[in-house]
Amino acid sequence: MQATIHITKLRLLPVAMLLLVGSAAVRAEFGDIVLNNVSEQQGMRPVIFQHWFHRIRFQCRVCHNELKFEMRVGATQVTMDQISQGRFCGACHNGEIAWTVENCDLCHTGKPGLTTKIQGGHETKGPGIW
Amino acid sequence: MVRSKFFVSLISSLGIIALSVAWMPVPDAAAADPNTFNRLMKPPSKRNPPPTQDGIHDPGSIGTQGLQTPREAFKPLPPAQSGNYVDWVKAFDAKKIQPRFDSKDPKAKPVIMDLTIVRQVKGSMPDVIFPHKQHTEWLDCSNCHPVPFVPQKGANQMSMASIMLGESCGVCHGKVAFPVADCRRCHTETKGKATKTSAKAAAKPAKSKKK
Repeated sequence: MQATIHITKLRLLPVAMLLLVGSAAVRAEFGDIVLNNVSEQQGMRPVIFQHWFHRIRFQCRVCHNELKFEMRVGATQVTMDQISQGRFCGACHNGEIAWTVENCDLCHTGKPGLTTKIQGGHETKGPGIW
Repeated sequence: MVRSKFFVSLISSLGIIALSVAWMPVPDAAAADPNTFNRLMKPPSKRNPPPTQDGIHDPGSIGTQGLQTPREAFKPLPPAQSGNYVDWVKAFDAKKIQPRFDSKDPKAKPVIMDLTIVRQVKGSMPDVIFPHKQHTEWLDCSNCHPVPFVPQKGANQMSMASIMLGESCGVCHGKVAFPVADCRRCHTETKGKATKTSAKAAAKPAKSKKK
């Protein structure tokens, strides 16, 4: 009986350790967001969007006005179908302004299981991390 | 049977603990001393980690290896104390970065509105100077008006509490724009100064402070 209890406890230990280390290890860049509304359902890794990389090249208004991205994480439903029709990411990732959507691995780089939200050291809550 | 299960479980647990320990950041020699300076402050060496070590990118993905590292990109840009540790406004003004106004036309220029708003705050902090100039260099009017800000004097009630909850300024500040912990980047105007002068006149000292 005693041994059984020990086994149950030990089985939980690795899971607890992984959770602990996993959460402590996230120190993503400020403004990095995870998009996983549909990715993993479709068998792909979650998408990581890096604000810092894009804001060096484009003003906020290009994506948040011209391309109609909402200013709330995950509020815009983006599918690969729309992207290949030149909407959202596809407006630039078309082989003319930026590389094409054939480079799946460059966007779908997230660790499996991440949820749609801001991951990069945010300090304010609410709409942005819905 | 129970015994063998116990050993398998024990060995797998030890293996995973060993892996976890190896994965954890190696503590500095100084960490052994509990009374060191800046116990909780992130040291500069831990800022802007490469995608392979940031905890959200899958290091096993080929794509992750191909991504640019933020440290490399930020090297020529003016530093800041928080957020990305880059002063994006200074970088823009000094033309260190030239973000496009239009996705297709690299030569299109933003429509800049140079109107400074003084917000007299209720608490003991210095008043807030809101510069439209720096905001219209990045954003479209429709990004802020009429939601979350009604374009009318006195129509917008806000508090630091609501900002922390992601309302008004907190839609961007603290997420992609510099965080709210950088109090004095907004609360710049000494109290009393702004009450004596009009908003337009108060804009001048604020601007000279920026430069």
